[in-house]
Order: sequence, then C-alpha cells, then structure tokens
Amino acid sequence: MIEDRPLIYKYLRHDKKFPHVWCPGCGIGILLGSLIRAIDRLEYTKDEIVLVSGIGCTGRLPVYVDFNTLHTTHGRALTFATGVKLAKPDLKVIVIMGDGDATAIGGNHFIHAARRNLDLTAIILNNSIYGMTGGQYSPTTPYGQKATTAVYGTVEPSFNIAQLAGCAGAIFAARGTVYHVRLLDTLIEKALQKNGFGVVEVISQCHTHFGRLNKLGNQVEMMKWQRDHAIPVEKAKKMTPEEMADKFEIGILVDREAPSYLEEYNKVRQRAKEALSLQSAKGSKEESESREVSDKQ
Amino acid sequence: MKTLKKTEPGIRLVQGNEACAEGAIAAGCRFFAGYPITPSSEIPERLSIHLPQVDGVFIQMEDEIASMGAIIGASLAGAKSMTATSGPGFSLMQENLGYACIAEVPCVVVNVMRGGPSTGLPTYPAQGDVMQARWGTHGDHPIIALCPSSVLECFTLTIKAFNYSEKYRTPVILLMDEVVGHMREKVVFPEPGQYEIVDRVKPSVPPEWYLPYEDTSFGVSPMGIFGEGYRYHVTGLTHDIRGFPTLRQEEIESFLLRLFRKISTHLDDIQIVESYQVDDADLVLIAYGCVARSAHRAMVEARAEGLKVGLMRLATLWPFPRRFVEPLTKAKKTLLVPEMNMGQISREVKRVNQGMTTVLTLNKIDGTIIYPKEILAKIREEMKK
Repeated sequence: MIEDRPLIYKYLRHDKKFPHVWCPGCGIGILLGSLIRAIDRLEYTKDEIVLVSGIGCTGRLPVYVDFNTLHTTHGRALTFATGVKLAKPDLKVIVIMGDGDATAIGGNHFIHAARRNLDLTAIILNNSIYGMTGGQYSPTTPYGQKATTAVYGTVEPSFNIAQLAGCAGAIFAARGTVYHVRLLDTLIEKALQKNGFGVVEVISQCHTHFGRLNKLGNQVEMMKWQRDHAIPVEKAKKMTPEEMADKFEIGILVDREAPSYLEEYNKVRQRAKEALSLQSAKGSKEESESREVSDKQ
Repeated sequence: MKTLKKTEPGIRLVQGNEACAEGAIAAGCRFFAGYPITPSSEIPERLSIHLPQVDGVFIQMEDEIASMGAIIGASLAGAKSMTATSGPGFSLMQENLGYACIAEVPCVVVNVMRGGPSTGLPTYPAQGDVMQARWGTHGDHPIIALCPSSVLECFTLTIKAFNYSEKYRTPVILLMDEVVGHMREKVVFPEPGQYEIVDRVKPSVPPEWYLPYEDTSFGVSPMGIFGEGYRYHVTGLTHDIRGFPTLRQEEIESFLLRLFRKISTHLDDIQIVESYQVDDADLVLIAYGCVARSAHRAMVEARAEGLKVGLMRLATLWPFPRRFVEPLTKAKKTLLVPEMNMGQISREVKRVNQGMTTVLTLNKIDGTIIYPKEILAKIREEMKK
C-alpha cells in the first residue's frame, strides 16, 4: 500500500523515537494502518480523537500516533475510556486492547462496558497469546495449543471475543483479520460510526511466540492460514458445523441500534433538574404560606 | 425523604459522609465513579442526587479498580473527579492510584476506614489504613493524605483535598473513619466566597512548544486537557518530559525526584496541624480522626485536675508533619499517641523522636472508639506516678 504512505506519515509522531517495539512481521502495525485510514476517511480531527490502550504489545500502539493518547494499566483501558468519554462526550474515544488485556485481566470491564453501551469503539487484537511477556497462554489460545506456560498444550477452552461482546450487549460486533485488510478498514470505519459500544476483533499473528511454539511457520505462513480459515459471515451461514469446525467467521456479526449510555444519562440529568425545581417551588410555596399564617396571627 | 436541594450555606444537622459529598460539589467536583461499600455509601448516594443537577456525572462502576480508572480518565478530560470507598475497595484502588501518581493526574480518593484486614468489620470504626494510604501502591512515590475529625472538616478538608490535587497534580487521599463518616453534627456551612477553590494550571504556550512533564520552578507542569489542542501521551511507564516512555538513567531519576520535590518543597501549604495548650504542657497527645475528639476531651479533663496536658491534632497525615512534632521532642515533652490501630502514626512519631523523649502509645483494635476516660486513665498513670 505505497499510496498510503503520505497518509500514515501525516498521523505519526515524528518527535517520538522510532523504531517501534513490534517484531518484524507483526500484525499490530497493519491494524494501526487500518485505524488511521478509517479515522482519516471519517474526517475526525486529531484533537477530537482519544486513543486509549492497556498493557502488552498492542498497548504500545497509541504512542506512535499524533492524537490524545492514553496508555493505561493492564486490562483497565475501558475504565479510563469511560471516564474520558463521560467527562467530555464530544471526544471520539477509541480503545485498543490485546486478547489477554481485554478478556482475561480486563474481562469484567469488557462485559460491563458492552452492557452499559457507552459510545466507545473497542478494537481487540487477538494473536492468541501473551506476546510481550514471552508467549504464555491467554483466554484465546485454542484448546490443545502450546505456550511457554502450557508446554503440554492448554486444556482450557478459548473465548470467542466477538460473540462474547454481542452477548454482553455490544450494539456492533465484528471480526476481521490483518490479512483481509480492506475488510478491516471497513469494519473499523463502521464501528467508529456507531452510536454506542462497538467491538472489532482483529485476528493477527504472533509468529515470534505462538507460531514458533506451535510450529505454524513464519508470519507469511500464518497470514496464509488466516486467508484459508476465515469465512465471510454470509458464506458461513450456508456451511455445516462440520465444515466450519476449524474455520472462523469474518465480517459483521452483530449490528443493531440501542440508546447509548450518554442519551440515557441525559435523561437522568433532566429528571434531577425537574425534581430540584419541583422541590424548590414546593419549598417556597410552603414558606410563603407559613408567612401568611404568621401575618394573620 | 432525602433532600434534593443543592449545597447551601447556613446551619444544618448533617452526617460526615454527606458533608464530604457536599464539599466535593463545592470544590467543583463534576465526576464521581464508585462502587457501593459500607461505611462510605452515603457519599455516592448523595452525589448521585447532586451531580446530575449540576451537569456532572455520577456512575456506579463494576468494581473499585474500574472506579479509579474512570476518575483518572475524567480528570484527563478536564473534570475534577472523585471516588469513595472503604478498606477492601481501597485495596483494589491501589493499582490505579499508582497510575495517578506517576502520570500526575489530579483526583480525590475518599477512604472511610473500617476494621480490617480483609472484609474485617464493615460497620465498626478503625484507623488501620494509615500506612496503606502512604505505601499501598507499589513503587516509591509521594502522597498526600488528609484526616478529618469533625463533620465540618469532612466538608472543608474535601475542598482542600481537591485544591491540593489540582495544585500539585497528584491523587489526594481523604482518610475518614467510620465514626466521623456516620456522625451527625451541627455544621455552620461557609458561604462559597469563604473558602479557596484551586483549579489546575493549563498550558499557555503554543501546542507545538508544550512539554507535558517539564520541570518548572513550582515543580508542577501545566496540565493539557484532552480535546483542547495539546495532544500528548499519558502513560504509566516512567517517561521523559514529553511523556514518552524512557529507559535513560538521567531521565528516570530526574523525573522521580521531581515527583517527590513537588510535594516536599510545599510542606508549608500541605501540612495542616492544630495545637491546643501545647506550650506549657508536660505531656502532649498526638491524635487524628475521631480519636482527636476523645483526646481533646481527655485534655480538658486532665487540665481540670491540674495536669499540664496539650493536644496536637493532625489533619494532614502524609506527608507526615515532622516539623511540628520534632520541636515537641526537642522540648522533652512526653508524647502520647492514641490511635485505633497497633501503632501506625506512633511509629512515625518514634521515627521523628530519635530517643529525645518518651513516646507512649494507646492502641485499640476491638472495633470500638477510644473513649476520653481511657486516654485520661493513661495520662493519670503516666503523670501521677
């Protein structure tokens, strides 16, 4: 995508020392490219974007781009984002998390953010492993796969992030991969336009750890795996469960409308003010009545 | 029925927790995130009524970790923010409390202390979290902790807590105890003009010149607000003056030293201590929170018996008011520290003392308050022997 270079360049922080922390061939940079293109197409200004992240390889994403950037504690990105958005609803708050970040340590925050339906866009990069700490198994490591803390294979079933988001109340849940990058651009763009909690799960490769430990080959082979195992949602509907056994769906899984938390909270403010004016009107009426009584006496 | 009216000056009978909530509104707090926990729940209940009236935000989060995260986020977006909790919740907040320290985000954390450890005594008072307030979050860091002794002070110290947090860009802990939080007293609320309100200093340089963590003569850098044109990076990693993560020795040390210096060079402003009849006293009580009330009574009764007793009441616990305690030790006055723990502040007093005088302790951890007669008995035992 040579034509994207001037565009990406426009959004990078040039006073930040490069190179970045990611391994060559990592998918996080592809996600960053998609995100920048989506933001640029929707014509948000740099000042109105707040990019919030947690801890891990994915958590390092915001520091490289010229927005308001907030690199929080492990798993807590959504809680910080909740504060930012509620204090300043005009800001466009985007939360970038890894799979362990969002669904292990931050699992509780994730389901509650989805339930609350606050206007946030959560992008979760799922590379099936904890990369930064050296390849330990995460809640999305597939059953039986190896990690540095599961050398005999993990015996835990894994989370389906996009499905989890939908069940918890997200009004938009989609899944893409870093191989299907044009689709990813569209999914992020759609999620950003939703008036409520939107989630995009991004399947990516960690060839350094997950690929190496499970003998899946290098980054190119892992991206070919994404190409061969990702099935568009519409096509998946026509396939049998057996055919889908080792495949996964990509595209929009949930897309509905519901009042956002901000709309609901504005009702609370309205009611609070009405109750206050009612009570002070009643108070002043009682006061004037008691004055009349005392005048008569 | 609960009153829906906003804070108004005048004389009223209110509870400590309610006064704390009203102090927050008066200080300009417009964001509260919390999780219900006894004995602090009246604070969120009150604020859930008041905040929407003034276009503020009240939100009940999924836990105390989330509450602490949300108030930091809100503060970065420009709102004065607060949370309130008690022991177990305070333990959960320690993670992001450290974040607020390193990223220098103003916020106020109220901890209405109850008996511990763990779930402990939810409805009984204690003062067991004094050291947790100081050292609860990992890593070396400075902190400000204030401790009210009366319902009025729950109001005034909450305002002070916001002022310090804004002025020094730091989290401030308000260490209340169950007695002060639930006690009802007559309070003469001051008029809005009678107390100082401090707002954070915002950058005035052009955005391209802005260095978010630059050292200044005051030790605190102006704070850019998200969405106001000063785009910068906020991180819990040790960072350079531009806010970017650093691993360079010279940048790490100068940053951490500044964090300490911004507090240690302003002790005159931060340390609030009240002294009663200390000058001619042979024995001085050092007390804080609800125990200071009992200590005051014990002092009055001891004086009536002709015993020269004074009281030093600490409203600021951290940074520890060493410069007030040290002269007492040099003057060879016997010090008695009654507290509802096994000796958390008396430990600090002993550290200051360095063997100059005698430091006595009176500790109680049975879930009841320390009564004046208990302090008086200890005074008599010491002074009449």
